[in-house]
Amino acid sequence: MSVFDGLRFRKVYSPIHNLDPRIKFIYVIAIFVVAIIFYQIIPLLVLFVMQIPFVLLARVQRQWLRSLRGAAFLAAFIFIINVATTYFTSNYTLTAANIESSAAMTLRFVVLVESFSVFFLTTSPDHLGLALEESRVPYEFAFAFTTAVRFVPVLAEEAQTIMDAQKARGLELEKGGLLRRIRNYVPVLIPLIVSSIRRSLELAEAMESRAWGATKKRTNLYLLKLHKGDYALLTFTTVILVLAVYVRYFSPIVIPAITQFLPL
Amino acid sequence: MIEAQNVRFSYPNKVEALKSVSLTINDGEFVAIMGQNGAGKSTFVKHFNGLLKPSQGTVRVDGVETTKTSVATLARNVGFVFQNPDHQLFSETVEDEISFALKNFGFEQEVIKKRIDWALNLLSLTQYRKTSPFLLSGGERKRVALASVLAWDPQTLILDEPTIGQDHEQKEKLRQFIMQMQTQKKTVVIVTHDVEFVAECNPRVVLMKEGKIVADGVGKEILTDPALLELSSIVLPQIAQLFTKLSPLGFPKDVIDIYEAKEIILKAKESRRQE
Amino acid sequence: MAIIEIKNLTYTYPGATKPSINDVSLKVDKGEFVLITGPSGCGKTSLCRCFNGLVPHFYQGELKGEVTVAGIDTLKHHTYEMAKHVGLVFQNPENQLFALSIEKDVAFGLENNGVNREVMRKKVDWALHQTGIYDLRERSPHEISGGQQQRVAIAAVLAMEPEIIVLDEPTSFLDPLSAAKIFEVIYKLNKESGITVILVEHRLDLTAKYTNHLIVMDEGKICFEGDPRQILSTEETRLMGVGIPKATLLFQMLKKEGFDLSGKTPLSSDELADELLEAFKQ
Repeated sequence: MSVFDGLRFRKVYSPIHNLDPRIKFIYVIAIFVVAIIFYQIIPLLVLFVMQIPFVLLARVQRQWLRSLRGAAFLAAFIFIINVATTYFTSNYTLTAANIESSAAMTLRFVVLVESFSVFFLTTSPDHLGLALEESRVPYEFAFAFTTAVRFVPVLAEEAQTIMDAQKARGLELEKGGLLRRIRNYVPVLIPLIVSSIRRSLELAEAMESRAWGATKKRTNLYLLKLHKGDYALLTFTTVILVLAVYVRYFSPIVIPAITQFLPL
Repeated sequence: MIEAQNVRFSYPNKVEALKSVSLTINDGEFVAIMGQNGAGKSTFVKHFNGLLKPSQGTVRVDGVETTKTSVATLARNVGFVFQNPDHQLFSETVEDEISFALKNFGFEQEVIKKRIDWALNLLSLTQYRKTSPFLLSGGERKRVALASVLAWDPQTLILDEPTIGQDHEQKEKLRQFIMQMQTQKKTVVIVTHDVEFVAECNPRVVLMKEGKIVADGVGKEILTDPALLELSSIVLPQIAQLFTKLSPLGFPKDVIDIYEAKEIILKAKESRRQE
Repeated sequence: MAIIEIKNLTYTYPGATKPSINDVSLKVDKGEFVLITGPSGCGKTSLCRCFNGLVPHFYQGELKGEVTVAGIDTLKHHTYEMAKHVGLVFQNPENQLFALSIEKDVAFGLENNGVNREVMRKKVDWALHQTGIYDLRERSPHEISGGQQQRVAIAAVLAMEPEIIVLDEPTSFLDPLSAAKIFEVIYKLNKESGITVILVEHRLDLTAKYTNHLIVMDEGKICFEGDPRQILSTEETRLMGVGIPKATLLFQMLKKEGFDLSGKTPLSSDELADELLEAFKQ
């Protein structure tokens, strides 16, 4: 099932992938904050362009562009709504400046979405699970996450097998109108659900048999150590954040709109 | 009749699972397709009912090319029982489960009722007619899955790893069931790595390795050829293992049946006594 | 010295009409290799789960009798305490592995017990070497074969260094070659490390030769217990539907027709071949 392909992590090694997920997450939150405090298009453009070296270094261009395409529809929608609102609430006038600010709002949305996308594209589920374990998140949560990710390919295969089995009994999934098509999936969903429940029971048995719950102070085979790159990113993030807050709230600099420079 | 000619097949992830496979199975034959995990056995048999279509080459079932027709149409004559019955069972009662395919194929109510009775009886499931399939034991669920496929009486029956998780008695019953299908001139194809089971049935054996057919012939001959078996990572059946060790005594090597083994040994003892 | 003692055990699953285990008593000595077999539904799977307390703690239900494993009363202790002494390997390889890498899975039990990282590393590596899968340690469970997955499950249990390992039909889903490899691993652990092994299996042709303590169950009871050479030669065992090794069957068949090989009852084709070669030399 191609839907699940995107969730199947391809083992790519790049300097970005090796960065500590916790630091990457702090970076993403910083981008988030900066994107919110500015409403002019220039700083948002800077933010957007700042993602690109990360994407290229991590060699995830293709997937990143794909996620951009996904966000494009919603972005266009936001743009139109913004323009329309400005148009109707200012006595049917539309200036270049208005369009620019609508574009800025749209860009803010894109930056927010894309920064999270870059995070997930450059962090393996193992790494993410490990970060969750090492953070203050309760172990049950981190465990549920990694186990779920571990079984995604298994579930995908099982879903395919079940569909094949029922097709081999004459089930035609594509036949009929919408309602009929939804009903066609019942013989696929029920075995999948039942099988998942059975699997959970077997997993629980195995967990219990391997001392689940023995102590509250669980240890970890792996250790997430911060390296030079992580400290570099942390410093970079702090600088950006401080700079952004200063420019926005404490400096007399006024950020121009691009339209001021255009001969309109 | 199933004809595969020069079939090549690659999965979407570019792995080539079948590398030019050709095979003909006539009506009424009993064929065991064997080989290591990953040899391509399941991939191959899924072409027989159109679940998979060849990337190159053709597969014809009763003269019709599988690429020119739907799975539902092919399934009418080629029944496929998957390894895990839990991948099929979803109904509230065993009766409903069996009627599922019959309804899909458009059988009439009257016929459906008769077929359900017949299938239940054939697999000794009549007392479970109104039971939920999820409440039955593993072996019983396997029988329900089988019954639901037999119900529409396909000419060909494909069983994917039917002996997994079965105890000795259940396997014996399965063997007898296949014999019964044979007497009704049904075509039976099993995909398995259970050498002992195949040795007891002695069907035509098709050995696969890495997407190719490496042997096709009489079970007895193939299952007693150590070179062939080693090539396809299959173990010799127990009786064949015994007779390989007994070659200094001049015994024939192609023995897989325990009764034949007994006769040979006793005859040899007699002839020695007479010397 | 008995490492497992079960006295008059009767167990009924919640909501069941009759008990799955019916008045079973058994003793296992330290270092033994015990083989349990019997037709489907005979109670062997339920019995396995009694050894580490899954029955009755996980499954609830009604349990009567005494179960003492490694000196501990399973009724009065949590399963996680039992886990230090007895490891359980299940039938389905896929559903026992939950981590994203093999070595993390093997470390799971040790992590749960709060073992220090350096010590854990050593034990994990040891367990991986013992089961021959050290090279696979960074792979994910979905990438490896069923046979390899089962070896991971065994390593995961082994890492906790239990005195006893219980395996419930570990090769059900595996082909005969992989199955044989698993049995070799288990036998080696028993012989070299002295770990007590309890193996539930149908494939007696591959496993009977490892044991001198065979238990045959049916309908929740122990029907036969003792030397496999004696038990597998009886008519009753054959009629129960137990998968008797062909060599043993042939031996009996020849005896019935007057060809008494007079050696011990063979449990494998090799043993029978040796006896036949001897007999025909004269």
